Amino acid sequence: MIKLTLPLDKKTVKSLKAGDSVLISGTIMTARDCAHKRIFEYIKEGKKLPFDLKDAIIYYAGPCPAKPGMASGSCGPTTSARMDSFAPTLLDMGLGGMIGKGEMSDEVREAIKRNTGVYFAAIGGAGALYGNAIKKSECIAFADLFSEAVYRLEVVDFPAVVAYDCDGNSIY
Amino acid sequence: MRIVNTKEISDTVYKMALHAGVNLTPSCMKALNEARETEDGAAAKFALETLLQNAGVAAEKSMPVCQDTGMAVVILEIGQEVFLEGGLLRDAVNDGVRRAYKDGYFRKSVCNPITRVNTGDNTPAVIHTEIVAGDKIKITYLPKGFGSENMSRLYMLKPAQGVEGIISAIVETVKFAGSRPCPPVYVGVGIGGSFDTCAYLAKKAITREVGTKNPDAEVAKIEAEALKRINALGIGCQGFHGRTTALGVSCEWAPTHIAGLPVAVNIQCHCVRCEKEII
Repeated sequence: MIKLTLPLDKKTVKSLKAGDSVLISGTIMTARDCAHKRIFEYIKEGKKLPFDLKDAIIYYAGPCPAKPGMASGSCGPTTSARMDSFAPTLLDMGLGGMIGKGEMSDEVREAIKRNTGVYFAAIGGAGALYGNAIKKSECIAFADLFSEAVYRLEVVDFPAVVAYDCDGNSIY
Repeated sequence: MRIVNTKEISDTVYKMALHAGVNLTPSCMKALNEARETEDGAAAKFALETLLQNAGVAAEKSMPVCQDTGMAVVILEIGQEVFLEGGLLRDAVNDGVRRAYKDGYFRKSVCNPITRVNTGDNTPAVIHTEIVAGDKIKITYLPKGFGSENMSRLYMLKPAQGVEGIISAIVETVKFAGSRPCPPVYVGVGIGGSFDTCAYLAKKAITREVGTKNPDAEVAKIEAEALKRINALGIGCQGFHGRTTALGVSCEWAPTHIAGLPVAVNIQCHCVRCEKEII
């Protein structure tokens, strides 16, 4: 098990191989279907995004509401393939990588290779476990989208597997 | 005649929804445990262990086992000797769902299909009613996630394609879905009926306990052969390659037209959450 602390430098990214099990700690941000649609409206209109994409890790997820006293509700990954058409552009803009579940397109794999990025697969369906790995959660953009808004998450020992590495290898 | 107030239906749906959001069915837990025991692929085994650990955390902390707490599918089998009093049945079911999603801190995942604006309370539920014999009401509650629902398919096969065509359709659907629907999946299959009833049969099939067989021997053979071929695909838990791609295949059937052979394949992820109650 490899322990990773975010943000990842390129040397660390290059050391990761598809199939490696990792525990991720640090700051990530959520974005799923509607948030991506909104991000691309901003890009199209030339508006500045309300968060920094540089070396960031996007988590394809939409959490349950947090119970009182907890930082987050259940928050496992959603199917990444629905974000296939968005990911290459964001990687080219400096996004460090993504966390989700399931295969993505060849275009995404190429964009990861081109930008020395990484795609992690979290374990789909393990929502309660991931909710407990989140120590802090804050909505940083698009609050009107409820669970589809962008949340900044502080995670500790978040389990995942390297799905696509920066050499173009895949676990699938 | 027996009088049932719809408030009782609402309160029962509320309790079922709260329990279903947090707990996997015992037969699903058993199947996941068996999958872990037999798995020898390292990544798939790690994923299965994580899932079982997750089920424990969810139950202990009373939090949703998966953040996709689904669209609420409610099947009501109403005895024809029942007289319903009180508010509208539909409103009662939706009220139970609404309260459970709020009190359970479940995600509200229902939206307008065009504007994508969220309804905010996870209603309306998908409600099916059947009028049956007797004076009881059987409620089946299934919170259905859409990572798996998205991978479902409906085929209008030719009668000549027969049993082999049915099995091929089931296996092809699971193969195409690959890692995306959160395998190991539970595959619900409808065979026969019309375009619409076939899909409903597939949905009803996943409300059966994992590991059960259709009482019709010919249908049970289709279930067993399809499961064997699916697990030979080697997709494995989460698509990480392994022995268990499906926990089970469950088929339900109905008579169809002489010109047709509808087959619906409804994919359920490994989070099988289903409650049954009789009022």
